[in-house]
Amino acid sequence: MTIQALESPELAESGAATAGATEKGIGDVSQGRLMVRRFKQSKLAVLSLFVLIIIAMLALFAPFFSPNPTQTVDVGHKYSSPSSWTWKGGPALCQRTQVLDLSSISYKYKTDCSKSVGISWFGHGYKYKVLGIFSTDRHLLVSSDPKTKLFLWGSDRNGADVFARTLHGGRISISIGVIVAAIVMVLGGLIGTVSGYVGGATDTLIQRLIELIQSIPTLPLWATLTAVMPSTWSVSKRFIVLSILLAAVGWPGLARAIRGKVMSYNRADYVSAAKAAGSSGFRIVRTHLVPNSMSHLVAAGMLVIPATILGETTLSFLGLGMQRPGISWGVMLLDAQELSTLTVFPWLLAPAGMVVITVACFQFLGDGVRDAVDPYG
Amino acid sequence: MLVFIIRRVIYMLITLALISFISFAVMASAPGNALAQEVQRLRTVGGAVSTNQINALYKQYGLDQPWIVQYWLWIKGFIHGDYGQSITARAPINQLIYSRLGLSLAFSFGSLFIAWGIAIPLGVYSATHRYKLGDNVVTGIQFIGVAVPEFLLALSLMYIFSKYVNIDVGSLYSNKYSHAAWSWGKFVDLFNHLWIPLLVISAGSTTVTTRLLRANLLDVVNQQYIQTARAKGVSERKVIWRHAVRNAIAPLLVGLGSTLTVLIGGEAVVSIVMNLPTTGPLLLNALLQKDMYLAGTLLMFSSMMLLVGNLIADLLLAWVDPRARAFE
Repeated sequence: MTIQALESPELAESGAATAGATEKGIGDVSQGRLMVRRFKQSKLAVLSLFVLIIIAMLALFAPFFSPNPTQTVDVGHKYSSPSSWTWKGGPALCQRTQVLDLSSISYKYKTDCSKSVGISWFGHGYKYKVLGIFSTDRHLLVSSDPKTKLFLWGSDRNGADVFARTLHGGRISISIGVIVAAIVMVLGGLIGTVSGYVGGATDTLIQRLIELIQSIPTLPLWATLTAVMPSTWSVSKRFIVLSILLAAVGWPGLARAIRGKVMSYNRADYVSAAKAAGSSGFRIVRTHLVPNSMSHLVAAGMLVIPATILGETTLSFLGLGMQRPGISWGVMLLDAQELSTLTVFPWLLAPAGMVVITVACFQFLGDGVRDAVDPYG
Repeated sequence: MLVFIIRRVIYMLITLALISFISFAVMASAPGNALAQEVQRLRTVGGAVSTNQINALYKQYGLDQPWIVQYWLWIKGFIHGDYGQSITARAPINQLIYSRLGLSLAFSFGSLFIAWGIAIPLGVYSATHRYKLGDNVVTGIQFIGVAVPEFLLALSLMYIFSKYVNIDVGSLYSNKYSHAAWSWGKFVDLFNHLWIPLLVISAGSTTVTTRLLRANLLDVVNQQYIQTARAKGVSERKVIWRHAVRNAIAPLLVGLGSTLTVLIGGEAVVSIVMNLPTTGPLLLNALLQKDMYLAGTLLMFSSMMLLVGNLIADLLLAWVDPRARAFE
């Protein structure tokens, strides 16, 4: 009976292997390829990935796609509405001049579409460095007349190009999401694994700490922590400290999820077998627990990105996160905080569109990855 | 049950004590303490402030003592309802926050009721009409709801209402009623100013809760006791509402803590954008002016709000689901 019991699983296994060879079934494909295959089934997630790659490229090569520089103060083009288009042997801009309106004592813009200003593809504009390496002054689209600037999405209170600033803003807004997610994954993974594997007093202590952090409302806590940063700090210093602060509040949720996974894997039979065979604790963690919970870590960590982008945008919008001269979508939206400004210059809300698209795409992507990694959970 | 309640309350008090240390650390962290700023102000306003006077001031506020004594002085006052003095607003903190705290509480918990009130029927509809047009529309709107931050929703609605509908939104009353005595007109006016912020604050949580309830209900409907109920001829309406929904709601109570976190944060942001007299704008001003004493107190109060919410959720869960009681 023992011999039969030992033999029959082998028989079943070889039977499955031959069946798999003809159908190219689950046994023949690596776990990674299976995940990719499942991910591709979610059309929405694939589309989101595609859109995100485009947005990332726009941010990375922002100066090339920007007709105008981002930091200039140009009183001659303050609060200019998006350029008006006309046709003259190709798309062209309507000439626009700033005039002083004596009845309301304010500057107005006069748009004259009978006089057109040509635009040139790959024309010369301001100088910049591609990826910080080689310098050029070529831009995708530039206006041929410096007096009529090409403002795809209008200009802000400094006369700076909203379109150009939105593209550049993506650099901080997206990278802060990715960086914070990375920190949260390392912290949450490490603490969660220790808590779940070691157990006992260590586990209790970590769980109480998590409960403590989670019992302070997130946004007020973020706001209070970021307010401690002096406003004299440079953009990069602010960026780094803000990332650390956002991550410091964000890790508990992930740590708790990983702890649960590690605990359930730790109870599995193959871990007991490994322990019986004399594996060291470190080896069990490294070969059994970490690889198993890694996919969950990545899937849950992906969803930290959209949450962080929203958090940074909200904080910067309140004047607490990033600040000028740094450009992020939240910093730009700070200009649109007053309803009176917004009703006159609605194009200042343009970065909000990018926030919504980017966050939605990251959300879809995260959901897709989670479903691909963990089809049963 | 009584033991369970007592244990929960003790947990809450311990957590609160720990949070009070964090709040105190926030107050102490102020770059250049508030009193130094005050001395600076006195100097600019008029004449010299002698070292003796400065020392007397420090003594009066207990700032010459080690931090643990300072903490004790603060927490002793806090328990008696004396939260100290706001330096920038030059008023006792309890005067500043009491009226605002009530409104914050009303907005946070009011939006919770709205979120659940919309999410439960919508989630049930979505789950019972899975993959039909209605479900797809609900799912589509949900994804937008998750991706649009509260402040943006508030701004857009204010923009649309003021530009196209010509209703003035933001603040609690119209100019006409802001100083008028209570009347029916003022009440209607107040109501007109309340529903938009409530809807905006609850929007995100409504969408998340709907999604959660839909998923829970789809799980529950596949269980055997539902099949049994159907087999013995219970009407479908009763099967869903009496048998399935009841069990699908329990996980929502578990997640109430995180929902409430979102609502408290959302309430603060929406109040800032829509100019409502809650604790949100007060906290922002305190933070921008580095009045960390006020900020720490407000952080303490918003944590208290969350802790009480969690306590209520725990008790409700224990009442709905006996397993939660047995587990402890």
